[in-house]
Amino acid sequence: MATVEAVRPVIQTTAARGLWSDAFARLRKNRLAMVGLVLVIILLLLAIFGPIFAPYPYQAQDLKAVVANGNRPVHPGDAHHILGTDQIGRDLLSRLMDGARISMSVAIVVQVVVLLIGVPIGALAGWFGGRIDNFLMRFTDVMYAFPDLLFIILLSVAFRETPFGRAMDGLLVVFVAIGLTIWVTVARLVRGQLLALKETEFVEAARAIGVSDRKIVTKHLLPNGIGPVIVAVTLGIPAAILAESTLAYIGIGVKAPRASWGSLIADGQRLIRSDPHLVLFPGIFIAVALISFTFLGDGLRDALDPKLKGKQ
Amino acid sequence: MVTDDSVSEGDAPTIIEVSPDDARRVQTPTEAGANKRPKADKLLKVSGLSTHFFTPDGVVQAVDDVSFDLGYGETLGLVGESGCGKSVTALSIARLVPNPPGRIVSGEIVFDGIDILKLNPTEMRHLRGKEIGFIFQDPLTSLNPTLTIGFQIAESIREHLGLPKEAARDRVVELLSKVGIPRARERLNDYPFQFSGGMRQRVMIAIALACDPKLILADEPTTALDVTIQAQILELISRLSDEFHTAVLMITHDLGIAAGMCDRINVMYAGKIVETGSVDELFEKPRMPYSWGLLDSLPRLDDVRGDRLRTIEGLPPLLIHPPDACRFEPRCRFSRDICRQDEPELTQRGDSRHYARCWATQPDGWIS
Amino acid sequence: MIKYIVGRLLWIIPVLFVVTILTFILMHSVPGGPWAREKALPPQTVARLNEKFGLNDPIYVQYIRWAGNLLQGNLGPSFKFADRTVNEIVSDGIGTTMQLGLMAFTLAVVLGIPLGIFAALGHNRWPDYLSTAISIIGVAVPSFVLALLLVLFFGVNLKWFPTGGWKGPETWVLPTIALAGFPIAVIARYTRASMLEVTRKDYIRTAQSKGLADQAVVSRHMIRNALIPVVTILGPTLAYLVTGSFIIETVFGIPGIGRYYVTSISQKDYGVLMAMTILYAFAVAFLNLVVDVLYAYIDPRIRYS
Repeated sequence: MATVEAVRPVIQTTAARGLWSDAFARLRKNRLAMVGLVLVIILLLLAIFGPIFAPYPYQAQDLKAVVANGNRPVHPGDAHHILGTDQIGRDLLSRLMDGARISMSVAIVVQVVVLLIGVPIGALAGWFGGRIDNFLMRFTDVMYAFPDLLFIILLSVAFRETPFGRAMDGLLVVFVAIGLTIWVTVARLVRGQLLALKETEFVEAARAIGVSDRKIVTKHLLPNGIGPVIVAVTLGIPAAILAESTLAYIGIGVKAPRASWGSLIADGQRLIRSDPHLVLFPGIFIAVALISFTFLGDGLRDALDPKLKGKQ
Repeated sequence: MVTDDSVSEGDAPTIIEVSPDDARRVQTPTEAGANKRPKADKLLKVSGLSTHFFTPDGVVQAVDDVSFDLGYGETLGLVGESGCGKSVTALSIARLVPNPPGRIVSGEIVFDGIDILKLNPTEMRHLRGKEIGFIFQDPLTSLNPTLTIGFQIAESIREHLGLPKEAARDRVVELLSKVGIPRARERLNDYPFQFSGGMRQRVMIAIALACDPKLILADEPTTALDVTIQAQILELISRLSDEFHTAVLMITHDLGIAAGMCDRINVMYAGKIVETGSVDELFEKPRMPYSWGLLDSLPRLDDVRGDRLRTIEGLPPLLIHPPDACRFEPRCRFSRDICRQDEPELTQRGDSRHYARCWATQPDGWIS
Repeated sequence: MIKYIVGRLLWIIPVLFVVTILTFILMHSVPGGPWAREKALPPQTVARLNEKFGLNDPIYVQYIRWAGNLLQGNLGPSFKFADRTVNEIVSDGIGTTMQLGLMAFTLAVVLGIPLGIFAALGHNRWPDYLSTAISIIGVAVPSFVLALLLVLFFGVNLKWFPTGGWKGPETWVLPTIALAGFPIAVIARYTRASMLEVTRKDYIRTAQSKGLADQAVVSRHMIRNALIPVVTILGPTLAYLVTGSFIIETVFGIPGIGRYYVTSISQKDYGVLMAMTILYAFAVAFLNLVVDVLYAYIDPRIRYS
């Protein structure tokens, strides 16, 4: 049989691109997502380094300024208080920065908890199937039936007077409660991914050559299935921040004198006619936080969508 | 707006124009074919068709300077491997190329004496479904899962022929019987998922034939089906196209299918037609190394068990910057310098309508 | 399909059972009991109250009694207002709350779905950008912030609408908009995404190959199929409306059951708190069931299998 000469360089090939660099390139092109990413980074920096750069401690009361203003809160644009103060002279900007700390803590702590619980449980259910899976699904069905906000409120109120409820200025209870309502989604997602990937042929092939189960899960299934999980986590952050703000607004969670953006709004709403800045600026901060994570999450979802792979 | 799925839903169809020709079309299928009065010497004349896709990675020249004819009632095969441009050719004829990113950049398509590329979208719409039917590859995804099959078949009937619902329903039942679906009247209100794959493809055929078109574009109609069903479907298409005197452009990667159904075959490679001729000419005396490779790769009854299957080594080229040379050259064992320097034209072989695009097999070439 | 409905109905029962147990246990683990006040009550009063409300019995007995009452429709007494039962409180306000919820739901669907369709059909052009902008506002501005802004702008500055209360149609406008803001955004985004996905499907190409008019392709083939997944988002939407209503009622001073719920939190009226939690949970479970049944009905693949 005649041999055929090697394929010559007339044939072009596109540069091989991995799934991740492909996705990252797509993400970079998405301007909204990039804006979101930048804002998220700013918020994180604000949260971490806030206390260092804040003009005042968040609970410091500049009563002199208030009195000098005719016993009214100072309005934005003041030389000493850029965003104004509340009725007992606490600098709004500093309190907003402390609020940023709280919101970013909510975001991160909650999602870490969610991942630590949700991923292993989801993986176990998806991988082993059978009774473990069944039990998990029933359990999550029950959790689903309980409206999130109600559960969080219930938990927070029940433990309000306990040490647990007072920990971290009342925030620990809220973090845990929010986490307990969100992990279910992630677990289901991971389980779904694993179930789908488990049946694919490359898993059968890996099994056939004797790769251990644990290795299959960690080296093959998780990296492939992790995309939607990342998206879910990122998009879960706005929900968590929103939940914490709403709770703070109705008086659950953070304890005075610390203030999250939600409680700032609750405090400021009585003065909304005369001093709208007390409501406007916290509202703006909340909106920015929610928007940035949502853009980023949407961008990640589009970038990691396997159906869009290779297309524009 | 139609809100129910069954054909019995009363709703005035959007009639555009029912010409005298069309009115005469509204008749039982057994009399069909009589009204396909030819308006030109060939039903379809494609000249120099080029369709490109404008992607961020570059311009993909999916169809490059393709020309061929199709006579009234003739069955022409368009054969080639995946990615050679055969599907895009069919989509171009029906002007269904997704835009963005695709566009017909040059060429002429004359259908029944009409210059298709000069029509405005509304005029083209009148042709589609009525004069040109399309059978797609995957009947599962090509049928709307939430509408009954009766409705989906009746859609083009009501759009183009303006039949009232009773008459439309009757015609649908007739069509379903013609394509071999038993108990047609009872199954009018069934949904696609309630049919098997072969049955679904029959429904697609019914849709394509609904208005008794002059041309059917069949894009790999059996590729998604079981082998045993394939033969039935092909036979059905063959029989119906004879009965209704409908021309068929049969797109397939399977030479065996093409041989069984077609009068003539165009072999496509990398966006160009590389050989064209009657079935006999092609199978007895192929004049292009790619065709040889294709024929050679067909498993034969007298093959020795245990021997490897014969393949054509290598891959087709990317169509982003096609070289000005023979596109098959890298995989061809008969190539010489001229193949790398200059692209061969389609030239005649013998004295019939057998053409091939190859330096080597030309009368003055090095293969006889 | 009947089997499907019955199956889902039966499933609700154990789910709600667990919800009630969980609520009961949590409320009874509050230290200090329901009588804890800033100024402690005299012990005899506490003892008498405990006796009166049967709080000295073992907890499972209390639960059975409470659950039994629940099944008979008795939501129990208020621990704060000696002369009112929760049933009375609920019947006072439930009409108002349901009206608010219904109006917000209608607004969300009537605005959200067309917005999403509009955005998808004008993909990457101005309809898309406009719709996305509206969606962003709805997602990024919490309902209570939106409510306060609406009050500030339309109530105080422009004086077009009253700033609170629930008397007559002009008081309905701002609360409904505030409550519907988030669902509008979510429904619009979902609809848009679903439409875009449907646009890529093969059967759209088949419809075009039949030479159908664009309008027919869009309405019969695209919208119809795109709306089916959107139904699944209606469940969480309704749940949001149920739980979000109490925030809006608080901001606008609307006399619905939500306001009672919020005050019961700060006033530690555990009787009301428990009962309302169960009520809300029931409502959400029921609404989710309705949505699921609707979904099973409109997708022929489920309806006929």
